[in-house]
Amino acid sequence: MSLYQQRRLTNIISMSLSVIATGIALAFLCWILWTLLRFGVPHLTLSAFTQNTPPPGSQGGLANAIVGSLILTVGGVLIGTPLGILAGTYLSEFGRGSRLAMVVRFVNDVLLSAPSIVIGVFVYEIMVRTMGHFSAYAGTVALALIVIPIVVRTSEDMLQLVSDTMREAAAALGAPQWKVITHIVYRAARPGILTGVLLAIARVSGETAPLLFTALNNQFWSMKLDQPIANLPVVIFQFAMSPYEDWQHLAWVGALIITFSILVLNIVARTFTRGRRPQA
Amino acid sequence: MSTEFRNMSDEMDRQVEMPALTPSFREANALAENTASKIVVRDLNFFYGRYQALESISLEIPPNRVTAFIGPSGCGKSTLLRTFNRIYELYPDQSTTGEVLLDGENILDRRYNLNRLRAKIGMVFQKPTPFPMSIYDNISFGVNLYERLPRHIMDERVEWALKKAGLWEEVKNKLRQDGTRLSGGQQQRLCIARAVAVKPEVLLLDEPASALDPISTMMIEELIDELKADYTIAIVTHNMQQAARVSDYTAFLYLGKLIELDSSEIMFTNPREKATEDYITGRYG
Repeated sequence: MSLYQQRRLTNIISMSLSVIATGIALAFLCWILWTLLRFGVPHLTLSAFTQNTPPPGSQGGLANAIVGSLILTVGGVLIGTPLGILAGTYLSEFGRGSRLAMVVRFVNDVLLSAPSIVIGVFVYEIMVRTMGHFSAYAGTVALALIVIPIVVRTSEDMLQLVSDTMREAAAALGAPQWKVITHIVYRAARPGILTGVLLAIARVSGETAPLLFTALNNQFWSMKLDQPIANLPVVIFQFAMSPYEDWQHLAWVGALIITFSILVLNIVARTFTRGRRPQA
Repeated sequence: MSTEFRNMSDEMDRQVEMPALTPSFREANALAENTASKIVVRDLNFFYGRYQALESISLEIPPNRVTAFIGPSGCGKSTLLRTFNRIYELYPDQSTTGEVLLDGENILDRRYNLNRLRAKIGMVFQKPTPFPMSIYDNISFGVNLYERLPRHIMDERVEWALKKAGLWEEVKNKLRQDGTRLSGGQQQRLCIARAVAVKPEVLLLDEPASALDPISTMMIEELIDELKADYTIAIVTHNMQQAARVSDYTAFLYLGKLIELDSSEIMFTNPREKATEDYITGRYG
C-alpha cells in the first residue's frame, strides 16, 4: 500500500469515528429534547404559570416554583457575580505570576469541579443548622458558591485576552492602573465576561442537590426569604418520584421549562461572544 | 507626497557627491555642546530580570527634531524608547540604572511623578491600539486624565487633535463610531491624535508604521514631518529608508550598545563606524 493510500485510509477511519461520535452525542441530546417535548407539551397550559403546586389529585401549576427558582437564581448571581469578577480581576491584573494568585487559581479550579452536593451539605452545615430551618437565603448562598468559580474562571480568561499593548497604551497616556482596568480592560472584555455570567446562570438554574439541603421546597406561595422556598429542580425531583400521575405531568412541564430557558440563555450567550470578541 | 520623493532623490544625490563635512555635521557637533537637549541619557543600563538589554547608553535627543533609532531585532531600540516614559515599570522584573534627563530632571528617579512624566511624553505603539470606545472618547479619555474641560472646549480639543493627526476630514461625521472599526492606518492616526491631545512635549513612536500599508505609512511619515515643529520626536524603526526619510538624527544600536549617533545624512552616507555601514548597506540585520 502506498503512503498516499495509507494516509487516505487513516483519514477515512478517523473522520468516520469522529462523525459517529458526534452523531451519538447529538442523538442523545435530540432524544432528551424530544422526550421533554412529548411528555411536557401536552400538559403545558397557562395554569402551569398561574397556579401553585397542587396536592395530589387536584388541578395546579408551578407558579410558586418558577418564581422561587427565579429568586434563588437571581440572588445567587447577584452575590456571585461581583465576587467572581473581582477575583478574576485580581488574578489577571494584580496577581500575575504571584504565588497567591497561583494558589487562588488552583483552589478556584477545585471549587469549579466540586460536586454540587458537597456545596449543599456545606451550606446546610453552616446556615441551615445554625438558623434551625431551611431558607431561601441558604439556597441563594449555595447557588452563589457555584456561580463564583465559574465567573472567576471566565473573567480571568477574558481579561487575559485583552492584549498588554492596550494596557500599555492607556498607561502611556498617564492613566493610573485602576482607571486602565475599569475604563479600558473591562470594556474590552465585557462581552466575554457577560457570557461567563450567562453560562453561570444556566448552570445554577438546573441545580437540585444544593437546594435539597438548603432551600428545600414549599407547597405554597412564599416570598419570605428566611423560610423554605419552592423551586423548579426540587419540585421536579419530588413530583417525578411520586406515584401520582398529575404530579408526574407537572414534573415534565417543569423540566421542559428549565431546559428551554437554559437553551435560550445559551443561545443568547453565544450571540454575545460571536458578535464581539475582546479586542486583541 | 511629492516632497517625500524629492527628499529621497536628494538623499541619493548626496550619497554620490557627499563631502565629508556638511552643514548638518557641524550642526550635530554644535548640538552635542548644546545643553538644551530635550532628553539626555547618561550611562543607562536596562535589565529584563538578569538579562541586560542595554549597556551604558549615553546620548542626547535635541528638541523639535526627529531622532530615529535603528538596529537589528533585539538590539534594544524599543527597550530604550520604553525607558523614556517608564512604561517598562508595568512589568516588575524590568529595571534600569543610570539617568534619563528630561529638561534636566531625572525621570528615572522614583520621585519624578509618573502622571506628570506621561503627560509630557506621549507614546504610539507598533500595533494600533484604539480603545474599545468611540473615536471621540478615545481622544477625550487621555485629556480627561489631566483637565476638566467643558463640553464645547473638549469638542474643540478633539477636533484640534484629529486635525493634527490628519484624520479629521475622514472621521468628522462619525465621531461617535467605535474607534476599533477604523482601518489600520486610521487607527494608528487616531492613536497619534490621542497622544497629541494631551499636549505632550515629546512623542515616542515605536515602529508606528510597520503594521501599515504603504499609503498609510506615507501619511504617517508626512505627519511626523509636520509634528516635529511642535514636538520632540523619537522613533524606532526597522525600515532604514523610513529612518532616512523622516529623521534629522539617527542612532544605531547593536547588541544593547549605542554604536553611533549622528545626523541622518552622515549616518546614511558616511558613517564613522564600520558596524553602522555594514548594517545600513544590508550586510547583516
